[in-house]
Amino acid sequence: MRELICIVCPRGCHMQVDDGLNVTGNFCPRGAAYAKAELTHPTRVVTSTVRITGASYPRCPVKTAAPVPKEKVFDVMEAIGRVTLSAPVKVGQTVIGDVCGTGVAVVAAREMP
Amino acid sequence: MYELIVVGGGPAGLAAACAAWENGLRSILIVERDRDLGGILNQCIHNGFGLTWFKEELTGPEYAHRFIEMLSKTGVEVRTDTMVLDVTPDLQVHMTGPAAGYKIERAKSVILAMGCRERTRGAIGIPGTRPAGVYTAGAAQRYVNVEGWLPGKRVVILGSGDIGLIMARRMTLEGAKVLACVEVMPYSGGLTRNIVQCLQDFDIPLYLSHTVTEIRGRDRVEQVVVSAVDEGRRPVPGTEMVFDCDTLLLSVGLIPENELTGRAGVELDPRTKGAVVYENMETSVPGIFTCGNVTHVHDLVDFVSAESQRAGAAAANYVLRGPAAGESVALKNGFGVSYTVPQRVRPQNVEKSFNVFFRVNRIFGKSEIVVRAGERELCRFKRDRLAPGEMENIAVPVKLLEGVAGEITVEIREV
Amino acid sequence: MTDVVIIGCGVIGAAAAMELSRYKLDIVIVERENDVAVGTTKANSAILHAGYDPKPGTLMARLNVRGSQLAREYCAALDVPYRQCGSMVLAFSEKETGTLRELLDRGVKNGVPGLELLSGDEARVREPELADTVAAALWAPTAAIVSPWELCLAFAETAVKNGAELRRNTAVTGLEKRKQGWLVRTNAGDIETRYVINAAGVDSDAVHDMAAPHSFDIKPSRGEYYLLDKAEGTRVNTVVFQCPSERGKGVLVSPTVHGNLIVGPNAEGSDRHDLATTAQGLDFVRETAKRSVPKVDFSKSIRNFAGVRANTGRDDFLIGVAAPGFVDLAGICSPGLTSAPAIGEYAVELLAGEGLELNKKESFLLRRRRIRFQELSEAERQALVERDPAYGRVICRCETVTEGEILACLRTPIPPVSVDGVKRRVNAGMGRCQGGFCAPRVVEILSRELKVSPGEIVKDRAGMNILVEETKGGRADV
Repeated sequence: MRELICIVCPRGCHMQVDDGLNVTGNFCPRGAAYAKAELTHPTRVVTSTVRITGASYPRCPVKTAAPVPKEKVFDVMEAIGRVTLSAPVKVGQTVIGDVCGTGVAVVAAREMP
Repeated sequence: MYELIVVGGGPAGLAAACAAWENGLRSILIVERDRDLGGILNQCIHNGFGLTWFKEELTGPEYAHRFIEMLSKTGVEVRTDTMVLDVTPDLQVHMTGPAAGYKIERAKSVILAMGCRERTRGAIGIPGTRPAGVYTAGAAQRYVNVEGWLPGKRVVILGSGDIGLIMARRMTLEGAKVLACVEVMPYSGGLTRNIVQCLQDFDIPLYLSHTVTEIRGRDRVEQVVVSAVDEGRRPVPGTEMVFDCDTLLLSVGLIPENELTGRAGVELDPRTKGAVVYENMETSVPGIFTCGNVTHVHDLVDFVSAESQRAGAAAANYVLRGPAAGESVALKNGFGVSYTVPQRVRPQNVEKSFNVFFRVNRIFGKSEIVVRAGERELCRFKRDRLAPGEMENIAVPVKLLEGVAGEITVEIREV
Repeated sequence: MTDVVIIGCGVIGAAAAMELSRYKLDIVIVERENDVAVGTTKANSAILHAGYDPKPGTLMARLNVRGSQLAREYCAALDVPYRQCGSMVLAFSEKETGTLRELLDRGVKNGVPGLELLSGDEARVREPELADTVAAALWAPTAAIVSPWELCLAFAETAVKNGAELRRNTAVTGLEKRKQGWLVRTNAGDIETRYVINAAGVDSDAVHDMAAPHSFDIKPSRGEYYLLDKAEGTRVNTVVFQCPSERGKGVLVSPTVHGNLIVGPNAEGSDRHDLATTAQGLDFVRETAKRSVPKVDFSKSIRNFAGVRANTGRDDFLIGVAAPGFVDLAGICSPGLTSAPAIGEYAVELLAGEGLELNKKESFLLRRRRIRFQELSEAERQALVERDPAYGRVICRCETVTEGEILACLRTPIPPVSVDGVKRRVNAGMGRCQGGFCAPRVVEILSRELKVSPGEIVKDRAGMNILVEETKGGRADV
């Protein structure tokens, strides 16, 4: 039996997962899905910034469009660190198409005119 | 003369202005001191915003962007890079900005949405030297996320408020080593999910019932001393741990920024440090409303948006249909409750039910939130767990207040 | 050859420099740090004492009373925040009331005007928040509060405007007597000079020893303070002291010219550069202050700090000619800030006695003004922002300091090079958020105006860099 706190939403459900991956204590189905994933292949959304030129600030916030495997978080950071955008940038604009072979895109999270 | 001036273009001001427009006001001005709309959301680049409001997980700038887009479809006028210096009780708004100059604008209603500021080292009195390297978590967040600079490489964080936890992860991801997060209370002040994904994910230890008792270093922070505290939050001699670090981040609480509110003659609540408000976010000064973190500090921007929408709608009502009527009932804090918002309710002004937001003053297990008038119980709400770090919210049907005069009490009963 | 080298640009060195700059002289002020006013000058009670404390007949007594008058005139001429709010020394017992009578007697002998012994009730009429246990009080109407760093800046800027040269980041490493005058060795080149003034504060004993036989030791004594939010700024209207003891003038509660409340100091022997606060020291300050004014709300604290007194264990300042052409302005403990302008005058007299010829400059300019947006009327604000839009942009929200004021201070004779330097000149970051919001903006402005990377901007002294490394391996080049 594993104790787990759900991080899907701010509610932070305290969940229990047994060896057969049966989840209790979750308020919604997303919690159960999270618990199963967390114990088999945990994933995280990565948020960071990339360099940008021609904007009013030197960095543009970005995020992975979907969660990436947790063990790849620092690789994703490294890949993000190699990118330089130039303004203008739109929200949702693709920054990296497929980051570190995860099949997940990195997208811009702020309008930088 | 504007129908409405909104002071602050962060999440609260944006939602309030949009709602006021939807409810029929056509001459609205938002005054924002920063260069851009969006407020503090612009530096909160992490995700987790919008789950309630937009039913999807957004980053801070994306959440702000949604509202800015909505606003751009209205005729709301925006002045950025402009700071409001004074709001008078007769609703004259003094503002200054490099483009528009120093201006006094008059309004039929005003919504105060200035947000909050962080408690500082001086407020909590950490002894020691005064080197560079001591920052509030929010200032560090701006340096890292907006300016692209790390303010330090080996970091101790005092306080487990959400910004501190978020910064633990941000600094780690950007290459700093976060040595510890230290919390004086026996429980965390932040959301549980942030403990998991910001500390546990990176093996950052959390020391509950501990505090920083000394800062060392002449030019730059070189060490901080962390001690355990007793039940009275006094440091226990002999428990000192020394951390070699170059940075101490403070995440030790947020304070609604109400200097303007006080000068406008609005009654303040010493518990929330924000205005005393009615069910529709109206203050003691007719025509002045407040919403968001300037009223009370929220954990989630989604709730700020909801509250601000009510304020915006109420301001529109006030301008178009006149002042709200009716006697008011005061909300008292019973056992376990630190404050409530609103502090007063006018039953005549409520259609079905009114929401009461509050915080508890310690951790409770399975418990019930009870609303009573004198000894008469009006309603109760079951909870599995209550924590000071997580704002609570109940909806009280207004028909229960029939025959109630004076006051009602909200309290916690552990079961 | 330079005529006079002044070592140290705290308020004492600055006052001496200003007084000397009235004459046709080549003056160089050397300051070890990157700014003026950064030693004891910036960390003290900010009080201009009336002058009843020093023993009659001492230099300290004379310079205190004279300094208090001069400070008032200079603050008006040089636009330094000053308020003559008067002071009270409290007695809690018959024995302490006896001490008040002694102080009254001393004050009369020292020529302090207007002193009055009040009963406890009379004192509470003037100062309603005083404790019920206050038995008597000595009222001194000429005591005042001041911005100590701005006083020093005003003196130093006036000296520089009138031709004196200020060399910052210049530490004296040795002094050599020459046939004519002195060779001042520094980390940034040597200076040949006819005369030397030692105004090195807590290090004045070390500088003295470079020029003359050892004759005194600075016995540093640290004092810790609370600074409280403006919400507490009117808790008292006057400077409220307790009876002095051999350890100092005791813990005071006082308004500041910036509208805050200052409470402190304790007195603990310390290292001369030890500016750390301690839990015990702050506890002591809190508890002691509450004897005078029980309702002070310490939850409104916005800052703690400590300063070091340049005590020598003697009853008087150590001012005099220590070697031919070498003048000590040393052992300047309290009431040093008050005495500073008079010490400056006296330093000129001493140098004249050593043969320095004094020819007045026709062009001497004793005037300084700065724009304080917060204090302007609506019409003045409107006109100002129209003339220069930078005055329309508020950078420090707590103190309502505009970008225009920051840019203006960067064009003064002694421009700041640090965030705290900006704070000392225009109050940005002095308020309740303590720079939480405006420090990043000030860093940005300094970086832009000084044309250096944000990473090079320091909080205060050299080495106090705020930012350590750019994210993502640095800025994009394009």
